[in-house]
Amino acid sequence: MTSQAETRARFGVPPDAMVFARSVRKSYGSVEVLKGIDLTVPKGSVACIIGPSGSGKSTFLRCINHLEQLTGGVLLVDGEFVGYDLRDGKLYEVKDSLLCKRRADIGMVFQSFNLFSHMTVMENLIEAPTRVRGVPVAEAKASAEVLLARVGLSDKASRYPRELSGGQQQRVAIARALAMNPKVLLFDEPTSALDPELVGEVLQVMRDLAESGMTMVVVTHEIGFAREVGDDLIFMDEGVIIERGAPREVIANPKSARTREFLSRVL
Amino acid sequence: MSLVEPNKTTGLPLDLPVEELIVVPRRRYGIWIGIAVAMLFAFFIGRAFATNPAFDWGTAANYLFHPSIMRGLGKTLLLTVVIMAAAIVIGTIIAIMRVSPSAVLQTFASAYVWFFRGVPALIQLIFWFNLSLLFRTATLSIPGFGTVFSVNTNDFMTPFVSAVVALSLCEAGYLAEIIRAGIKSVPHGQFEAASGLGMSYRQILRRIILPQAMRFIVPPTGNEAISLLKMTSLVTFIAVDDLFYTAQSIYARTFETIPLLIVVAFWYLFVVTVMSIGQHFLERYYGRSDRRQENPVIRLLQSLLGSRKGRAQP
Repeated sequence: MTSQAETRARFGVPPDAMVFARSVRKSYGSVEVLKGIDLTVPKGSVACIIGPSGSGKSTFLRCINHLEQLTGGVLLVDGEFVGYDLRDGKLYEVKDSLLCKRRADIGMVFQSFNLFSHMTVMENLIEAPTRVRGVPVAEAKASAEVLLARVGLSDKASRYPRELSGGQQQRVAIARALAMNPKVLLFDEPTSALDPELVGEVLQVMRDLAESGMTMVVVTHEIGFAREVGDDLIFMDEGVIIERGAPREVIANPKSARTREFLSRVL
Repeated sequence: MSLVEPNKTTGLPLDLPVEELIVVPRRRYGIWIGIAVAMLFAFFIGRAFATNPAFDWGTAANYLFHPSIMRGLGKTLLLTVVIMAAAIVIGTIIAIMRVSPSAVLQTFASAYVWFFRGVPALIQLIFWFNLSLLFRTATLSIPGFGTVFSVNTNDFMTPFVSAVVALSLCEAGYLAEIIRAGIKSVPHGQFEAASGLGMSYRQILRRIILPQAMRFIVPPTGNEAISLLKMTSLVTFIAVDDLFYTAQSIYARTFETIPLLIVVAFWYLFVVTVMSIGQHFLERYYGRSDRRQENPVIRLLQSLLGSRKGRAQP
């Protein structure tokens, strides 16, 4: 196995890169959904990915924590492959236990929350820390309480997910991801399944997270959030990155006609 | 027609205040006729049971707690528990194979379900009982090491073992389908969320998927357990001394056929009733995240019977 330092040197990964993608390709059969994505997300920054549905933005996000396997290219998180090991110039898919260990460092928040519906909020939060990391239950509960306070849901610890509103469920899902102390948080359209009046509370939690220095990759339709919170705005269409830059710049003066057209439809 | 004209049938004025209007339910004559017919049937059946001396209730009552009957009932319960336990284990394995990514495992599991669900239980039972006609001895030999053991098929394929093997393989075919449907009913997002948190495939199945699948698995499995209890009476054919076989061997001597059948029917009904109550509590346990408020009586019972809270909070 190649060491992390060697991997970084070989692919020229900048020292501050949290997510590093080069020529990332993904095909389902003959359909190519990602056609060579190059992207670097520096540590502590917030990258917002926007684009029409079917542009491959969610697929790219799911490739980062290996929920989807790559067809080609290199995708590193903190200088390490997630689902592969590089040996003798080949990428070998790693065994389950190693994949789990690496995934545990990458938090993910889903559009449909995906809270474990048979568990209370507290059980949702301590499940992975206790089972995957072996944290003692009392300790996991104590940190879970801190996280619940952080997302403003201290009083809901013993509730079941279906007793909560969508916005509350998504805040619990964020707290659940944070409970693993991830290096990076991936958000897959976190507010798309919410009623409009509940979007704000989730975005507020995400804003606080960004201010605390969390590295975040956010696939979103919330252009306002991207403009205020994002350090980078990436516009994807048909499996390629069309345009990227400082959010205000891209939104105010889109260079590409496709970006202009997309923004005119969503703004 | 003026609105204040008095109503002809009641004599009440039509301008009666809204609050005082009386609602008269529709008359359902069909239901009344149905009730009358049902009551009549119940009466005739009850009279037949009470007056026909051939039922011989006294003899039935004498046999109810007869030691042989008790032993037979014990054997029937033992068969049901052992077969059900084995079938749940085999069925879960087959179900997991059926949802696995491997096409070979899927095909194997489908073939299993196809065969063991398709051949009647009685035929499978007699087949296993006669296994020695196919294989005289069961031998385990490892190449280059020699024979580890070798036994006569008839020595270990006793009627009881044949019954357990045959019926648990058969029952597992049904349970595999129930468990597979339960696993499929859990949204894929649950699997992804657990994967994203770094949980292993085994952990996800055991901690996330199966507990949620249980809500869909428990009710039909309860039905299966009840039908298995009755299915065990088939073992009479291969001379396992279960409840029915015991009763048969008594009435073969004494010709008290009807009283003994009544005794057998009573015990099957009794056990089925107890099982139905148990099933009800299991369903409540696995459906707990669906309820906002629970019945305080049930909660008290549950806290007395082994503390649900203790399990829910590790």
